[in-house]
Amino acid sequence: MQPLLSVSHISLAYDTPEGRQEIVTDFSMALEKGHIGCLLGASGCGKTTILRAIAGFEPLQAGEIRLGTALLSSSGFLVEPEHRNVGMMFQDYALFPHLTVEKNIAFGLRRRDRREQEHRVRQLLELVGLETVAKRYPHELSGGQQQRVALARALAPEPDLLLLDEPFSNLDIDTRERLAFEVRDILKETGHTALLVTHNQAEAFAIADRIGVMRHGAIVQWDTPYGLHNHPANEFVADFVRREALMAQRAQAYLRGEGS
Amino acid sequence: MASTTEPLPLQASHSGTQRPRPWLEAGWGWRAGAALIAICVAAPVATLVWLAGMGDAGHWSHLIRYVLPEALTNTILLLAGVGVLVASLGTGAAWLVTAYTFPTSRILSWALLLPLAVPTYIVAFAYLDVLHPIGPVQSLIRNLLGYASPRDFRLPDLRSMTGAIFLLGFVLYPYVYLSTRVMFATQAANLIEAGRILGLSSRGVFLRVALPLARPAIIVGLSLALLETLNDIGASEFLGVQTLTVSIYSTWITRSDLAGAAQIALAMLGLVVVLIMAERRGRRRQRYSNTQRMRPMQARRLEGGPALLAMALGWLPIVVGFVVPVMYLASETAKHLHLTGGVSEQLWQSGLNTVRISLLATIVVVLCGLIVTWAARGARPGRPARIAGLCARASTMGYALPGTVLAIALLTPINGLDHALSWLRQSLTGMSPGLILMGSSTALIAAYTIRFLAISIGSLESGLARIPPSLEQASRLLGESPTGTFRRVHLPLLRPAIGASALLVFVDTMKELPATLLLRPVNFDTLATWLYAEAARGTYEEGAVAALAIVLAGLLPVILLARHQLKSGH
Repeated sequence: MQPLLSVSHISLAYDTPEGRQEIVTDFSMALEKGHIGCLLGASGCGKTTILRAIAGFEPLQAGEIRLGTALLSSSGFLVEPEHRNVGMMFQDYALFPHLTVEKNIAFGLRRRDRREQEHRVRQLLELVGLETVAKRYPHELSGGQQQRVALARALAPEPDLLLLDEPFSNLDIDTRERLAFEVRDILKETGHTALLVTHNQAEAFAIADRIGVMRHGAIVQWDTPYGLHNHPANEFVADFVRREALMAQRAQAYLRGEGS
Repeated sequence: MASTTEPLPLQASHSGTQRPRPWLEAGWGWRAGAALIAICVAAPVATLVWLAGMGDAGHWSHLIRYVLPEALTNTILLLAGVGVLVASLGTGAAWLVTAYTFPTSRILSWALLLPLAVPTYIVAFAYLDVLHPIGPVQSLIRNLLGYASPRDFRLPDLRSMTGAIFLLGFVLYPYVYLSTRVMFATQAANLIEAGRILGLSSRGVFLRVALPLARPAIIVGLSLALLETLNDIGASEFLGVQTLTVSIYSTWITRSDLAGAAQIALAMLGLVVVLIMAERRGRRRQRYSNTQRMRPMQARRLEGGPALLAMALGWLPIVVGFVVPVMYLASETAKHLHLTGGVSEQLWQSGLNTVRISLLATIVVVLCGLIVTWAARGARPGRPARIAGLCARASTMGYALPGTVLAIALLTPINGLDHALSWLRQSLTGMSPGLILMGSSTALIAAYTIRFLAISIGSLESGLARIPPSLEQASRLLGESPTGTFRRVHLPLLRPAIGASALLVFVDTMKELPATLLLRPVNFDTLATWLYAEAARGTYEEGAVAALAIVLAGLLPVILLARHQLKSGH
C-alpha cells in the first residue's frame, strides 16, 4: 500500500556564522494513512528539524518529501507551507492572542462561506469540549484548554497530515497523560494521520501506533510500542526505553510523595 | 542546535532545545523596498561629501579663515557647557529621586521629564521676554531694590553664550535623567549596599559607586542631548550665538552659497560622528552591566530640613525648564485672545499646515518603518541577514543628522530631480509646470522621514521581537500567504507599537524647525516657522499662541514616556 507520507533520503543543514552544520543526513521514514507516528529522541537529535521540513519551513539539501503522490520538497524545490495542506500543533500552541477561541479556530477557514465556517467551528468546539469558552481569548484559558484550541484550529481546515511538535511539554504531568489519550481518541475518531515529535517516552507510547527511536539524525528502530519494549533492536533502544520508563516511575513516585 | 555527535544526555531535558529559527523570509518586494529606503536615507550624506568637494578652493580658504573658527569655537563651547550642565542636572536629579524619598518625590520622578515637551527655540523665545530688561522679572527686582529705570539696574544680558548654555541645559537634561534613572533604579542596589557595608558615607556611595556605575548611561543620555544641541537653530540664533548650524543657515539663505553651506555641514557631520560613537560605546557598556540581577535599591527617607532641600533641588529644573516658560506662554496667549478675541487667519493656516504635513509625514515614516523591519526579520543567516541588517542600520542613520545638515544635503538631489521632471513634462506636453518637488512639500516629507525613521523602526522592531515566530508559522500552515499573515496576525498585534511610534513621529515633526525653515515651499508656514519669524522680527504677537500649541502637543509623548517609566519602575 502506498504510504501517505514518505520521507526519502533527506539531508538538512543550517547555515551558521561558522559555516554549514549538518543536522540530518540521509533520513527516511514513511507513515500510512490513518496512523499516528512518533519520532522519539533526546533534544538535538534532529527530530524537530525533520518536522519543520515536512511543514515546509526548512529547505532540503538532498532527498524528497511526498504527501501521497504529490512532491512537497526536494533539493531546490519547496511547496510553500500554505499550499501543503499540512496542519501543525506547536509546542507553545501559537494561538493568536488577539483573536477569540472561535476566531482562532476559524482562521484557516477563510475560503469557506460564513455558514460553513460557523458550522465547522461549532463541530470542532464540540469535538474538543470547549463550547463554553468560544468567546474567550487565549490568555483567559488554562494550559490544557489552550492545547485543545490549538488542536481544533489545526484540524479545522481538514489537513491531510497533522504534525505535533512536543505538544504536551508545557503541561503538568497529570494533565499531560490525560490529554495525550484524549488527543489520540480524537485523531482516531476523525481518522487523521499524524506525526508527533517528542522526547518523552510515556507520551509516545500513549499516542503512537508506530514509534521511531532516533539518534544522531537517524532512526535506530521503527516499530510499534510493543515491539520497542519487547524486542529492542539494539542496546541503545533498550537502554533508552528502559531509562525513560524508570525516570517516569521515579518522577511519579516523587510527585506522590513517596520518594525524596 | 546542539552538536549531533555528543553522547545522549542522561536526562532528555527539554530546556536544552534551542528555539528553531523561523526561516520565513520576507518576499523580494519587501526586501527591495527596504533596500530602496536605506539608499534614500544614505544618499543625502553621500551628496553632502560630493557637494563639499565641488566648492572651489577659494571657498574653503574663506571658510577656514573667517567662518569656521568662530562658529566651531562657539559650537564646541556650547556643547561643552550644555554637556556639563545637562550631565550634572540629569544625574543629580536621577540620584535624588532614586536614593531618597521625601514629599513629592514620586511625582518628581515623572515630572522631571516635563521639560522634554519644550523645544529649545521655545524656551529661548519665552525667556527672552520673561527676562527682558523691561519684562516682569527685572521690573520686579527693580521695584524690590528701589531702582527707577532699567538704566540704573539690569541683569546680565541673556543674549550670550552663558544664556544659551543655561536655557538649553534646563530643557535637555531629561535625556540624561531618563537613561541614568533607569540605570539607578534597576542596577545599583547590590553594589550600593556593598558600598554601605564597606563603610562609605552616602556621599561616598554616590561618588565612588553610583557615579562610575552610571557612566555609560550618562554618556548615552549626554550624546542624545548634545545631538539635540547641534540640531538647535532657534535658541542659538535668538540668543545671538553664532554656531555651525546658524552659519549653515545664513550661508545658504543670505549668501545662497550652497557649496559653502555644504562644507560647514560636513564639518558638523564630524562632530555628529564623534557623538554617535560615544553613544554606541555607552550602549555597549550598558549591556554588559545589564547581566547583573536586577533589584531596585532601598530609598532613604528624608524629613525636616533635608526633605525641604531635596524638594527645592528636585523642583528647580522643572520650574526653570517647564513651569515658567509654559506659564508665560499661557498668560501671553490668554492676554492675546482677550485683546483680539481670536487668532489671525495666517496662524490658523500655519496650524492647519502643521497638522496636515505632520500627519502625512507620520504615515510615510510608519509605512517605511514597517517595510524595513518586516524585511529584516526572518532573513536567512549569512549574506541575506547581513544585507537586511545593513539596510536597517542605514535607515536609522538619519536621527543623528542635524536638520540643517540634512536640508542642505537634500537640496541638490531634490533640485536635480525637480529640473529633470520639469524638463520631462515640458518636452512631453509642451507646458512648463515649474518645480513640483520644491513647490510641494515633498522635500519636507523626505527630510522628516529620514530624520525620524529611526523612531518608528526602533519601536516596531521591539514590537515584532515580542511576536513569537510560531504565530507566523501557524498562520502559514493554516493556508495564509506571507502578506496575508502580515495583515491578519502581525499588523493587529503591532497596533500598540505602531500607535506609539506614530505619536512620537507626529509630535517630533510638529516641533521640527531647522529643516523646515530651509525646505518649506514659499509662503508655507508651520507653527514652528511662524514662531521663528515672529521672534526674528521681534514682534512677539501671536508667537506665544503657536508656542503653546507646540508645547501642549509635545506633552503627549512625555505622558506616554512617564507612564511607561512608572510601570517599569514598580
